[in-house]
Amino acid sequence: MKQENEALIQFPSLSANEALARQIAAAFAAQMDPTLDELGDVKTAVSEAVTNAIVHAYPDRIGPVSLRLRRLPGNVLEITVKDRGCGIPDVAKAREPMFTTGGAERSGMGFTIMESFMNSFALRSVPGKGTTVRMRKKLTGRVNGE
Amino acid sequence: MTYTSLLQDKRLTILLSGEIDHHSARQTMEAVTSKIDVYLPRCCVLDFGAVSFMDSSGIAIVIHTLRAMEELGGEVWLANIPPQPMKVLRAAGIEKLVRLGAERSPA
Repeated sequence: MKQENEALIQFPSLSANEALARQIAAAFAAQMDPTLDELGDVKTAVSEAVTNAIVHAYPDRIGPVSLRLRRLPGNVLEITVKDRGCGIPDVAKAREPMFTTGGAERSGMGFTIMESFMNSFALRSVPGKGTTVRMRKKLTGRVNGE
Repeated sequence: MTYTSLLQDKRLTILLSGEIDHHSARQTMEAVTSKIDVYLPRCCVLDFGAVSFMDSSGIAIVIHTLRAMEELGGEVWLANIPPQPMKVLRAAGIEKLVRLGAERSPA
C-alpha cells in the first residue's frame, strides 16, 4: 500500500514517554481530520501499546521503543510500536482479557482495548528479540482524506 | 496530579484530574488508598469530571478502589465520566462491578 505521509520516532522506555507517544500520534492523526472519538481511540491504543513495551518488554532495564506512524490511502492511519525487549512467551495468554503479569497497577485490558478501538491489530513477538504491534484505523475525515 | 476530596455523610468523593496512564497510576492508587484509610467511608465516589484522558490504567485504579472499599463493606460509585474514559471503562465491563453516573453530591 502506498503511503502518503510518515513519521518515525524512537525513545527510551521511560514511563514519562507514554504521554509523549500518544501526543505525537494525536498530532499526526490530526492532519487526517479525525473525529474527537477517533482521536481518543488512537491515543488510547498508542498509550496501551507503548505502556506494554515500557512495562513488559524491558522489566529491569531501559531500552528503545519506536513508534511509526503512516498515513495510507483511504485516510487510514497505521501505527507500529516496536521494542527489542524480552518478547512474549505465550501470545494467546497475553491477549486474554484481564490477564496480566504487570502487577496491581495493570488491568490486563491493553490488548482487548487495542483490538476493539482500532480496525485491525497484529502482534508479532519473538522471545528474546522483541515485540511489534501494528494497528490500523480508518479515520472519517471531513473530506475523506483529501 | 492533584487529588481534591470531600467527605459528606460517610461518602468520600475524590476528584481525579488530568491524564490517567501507567505513569501516574501508582501515585493515584496510593492517594486513593490513603484517603480511604483515613476517612473509612461507606461509599467512595471517584469523580472523573476533570479527567482529560484515561487508558486501561484507570480500570486498575477502579478495581483497586473497589477492593479497598470491599474490605470496609462499602461501595464504589463513578461519577461525571467523560466519553473517552467511559469507552475504556465499558471495554472492561466496569458497569457490572460498580455503579456509574452518580452525581457529585447526590441528594
